[in-house]
Amino acid sequence: MPDIDVPLVGGRFGRTSRRDLWWVQPLVVLLVLSGFVIYATWAAFQGNHYRFGPYLSPFYSPELWGNPLTAWIGGRPGWYPSWLIFSPALFILPFPAGFRLTCYYYRGAYYKAFWADPPSCAVGEPPRSYRGERSFPLILQNVHRYFLYIALLFIADLAYDAWNGFWFDGHFGMGVGSVVLLVNVILLGGYTLGCHALRHRVGGVLDRLAGARLRKRTYDCVSCLTGQHMTWAWCSLLWVAFTDLYVRLCSMGVWHDWRIF
Amino acid sequence: MATAKFRIWRGDARSGKFQDYTVEISAGMVVLDAVHEIQATQAQDLGVRWNCKAGKCGSCSAEINGHPRLMCMTRLSQLPLEQPVTIEPMRAFPLVKDLVTDVSWNFRVKEKIRPFRPRPADAADGTWRMDQSDVDRVQEFRKCIECFLCQDVCHVLREHHLHEQFIGPRILVHSAALEMHPLDTENRLGDLKRTQGIGYCNITKCCTKVCPEEIKITDNAIIPLKERVVDEFYDPLTRLFRVFR
Ligand code: SF4
Ligand code: SF4
Ligand code: FES
Ligand code: FES
Repeated sequence: MPDIDVPLVGGRFGRTSRRDLWWVQPLVVLLVLSGFVIYATWAAFQGNHYRFGPYLSPFYSPELWGNPLTAWIGGRPGWYPSWLIFSPALFILPFPAGFRLTCYYYRGAYYKAFWADPPSCAVGEPPRSYRGERSFPLILQNVHRYFLYIALLFIADLAYDAWNGFWFDGHFGMGVGSVVLLVNVILLGGYTLGCHALRHRVGGVLDRLAGARLRKRTYDCVSCLTGQHMTWAWCSLLWVAFTDLYVRLCSMGVWHDWRIF
Repeated sequence: MATAKFRIWRGDARSGKFQDYTVEISAGMVVLDAVHEIQATQAQDLGVRWNCKAGKCGSCSAEINGHPRLMCMTRLSQLPLEQPVTIEPMRAFPLVKDLVTDVSWNFRVKEKIRPFRPRPADAADGTWRMDQSDVDRVQEFRKCIECFLCQDVCHVLREHHLHEQFIGPRILVHSAALEMHPLDTENRLGDLKRTQGIGYCNITKCCTKVCPEEIKITDNAIIPLKERVVDEFYDPLTRLFRVFR
């Protein structure tokens, strides 16, 4: 016998008694995320203007294969498909993209904005069956923690880039670009270190933490960032795109990088 | 004296319609006061459930201007009164009459959660020792007043009516309170994955937004449980690590 008998009254898209502008937030998410994806894809396929002086665009860092003079491994690898435009960013971007795509915060946000699942709280959905994250393909969201492990390596790499951004021909200095790169790693660090999967790893997995002081402290710090995860997510997303744009426009000679000292 | 218009759902499981009522309002009034005023002076047969009028019994849940809320904790001064204030029953449960829904399904589902199973006593006198900071984490979940507003707003129940497959945010909070308890030794992860449908939650956080007790349902209960389910069923490295430990 079924446990409940609720007459099916849902199933009309947009049906709600809400009077506030409930569609504004999902619309903003839709526009900003789409804008970011379009810009990042365009920038990734450019394959140039990703370095300026000591600055390296985060979309291209680490430069594994690229300019033979600056890349970690070397120039275009022999196995690289000839039909695909070569760009060092194409080796890098799939990892942060996968990290954000499977992030608990973004999942909730884009299910609403792109799939109307639901369009907003207490607003009707288009009639269709629902499987959630139980089966393929969304069950793959559970891979998030593996993207986290890679993202942590990227934070170390971007911190190294930010440090390099303060060295001009062997002299310590500071340009606006140095600050842009530094803010970038701070925002991405705040986002990555507030990851729910990290919170689980460092302490959430245990029922008793009191005995392990260092673990408890780490768990508390991560929890503090997790509480503001949405803010970190948006700030870091916008800033990383701005950082690429900054380096790109300086390299193209459109913007002038102002040296502070 | 100022007045305000209320548009209240009247009817039962078979049929119903909105009916308008005008009420004199005064400073400090909450929606439940207006409903009581209507019941006392204009519609004696208006069905409404309430008890404490202090946001603690969880009885007076309804949808006010489309937002799942407690009627006794929603001040009229928080609402735009130029238009009629709509008051509807919760949508995720069977309607009994007017604003009263049958929420007994929640209690039946709650009974299916494996009960608390403490480890053997720590001391010879049969008592346990817990650190306050360890209990603090589950203490948040004990604030729940079982208003079921979170169940009502959750689209898995409200829109998709998956009551058979998904236990809903309130019961996930209950499960988290037991599962994360420092003394508990029971394992509920298999149930959560297989029969209680934690994978249906797509973390859209509507439950957290409506909770009158401000329990961080998604961040502190559902996501940690989802991560534990990943450990148990989806993460090959964690499983491998367990084999060699
Ligand atoms: S976060 Fe999950 S449980 Fe909460 S309302 Fe959304 S789908 Fe339902
Ligand atoms: S978790 Fe919050 S919204 Fe849900 S039943 Fe408890 S008090 Fe109500
Ligand atoms: S939950 Fe957002 S980055 Fe992991
Ligand atoms: S009457 Fe008790 S919570 Fe509203």
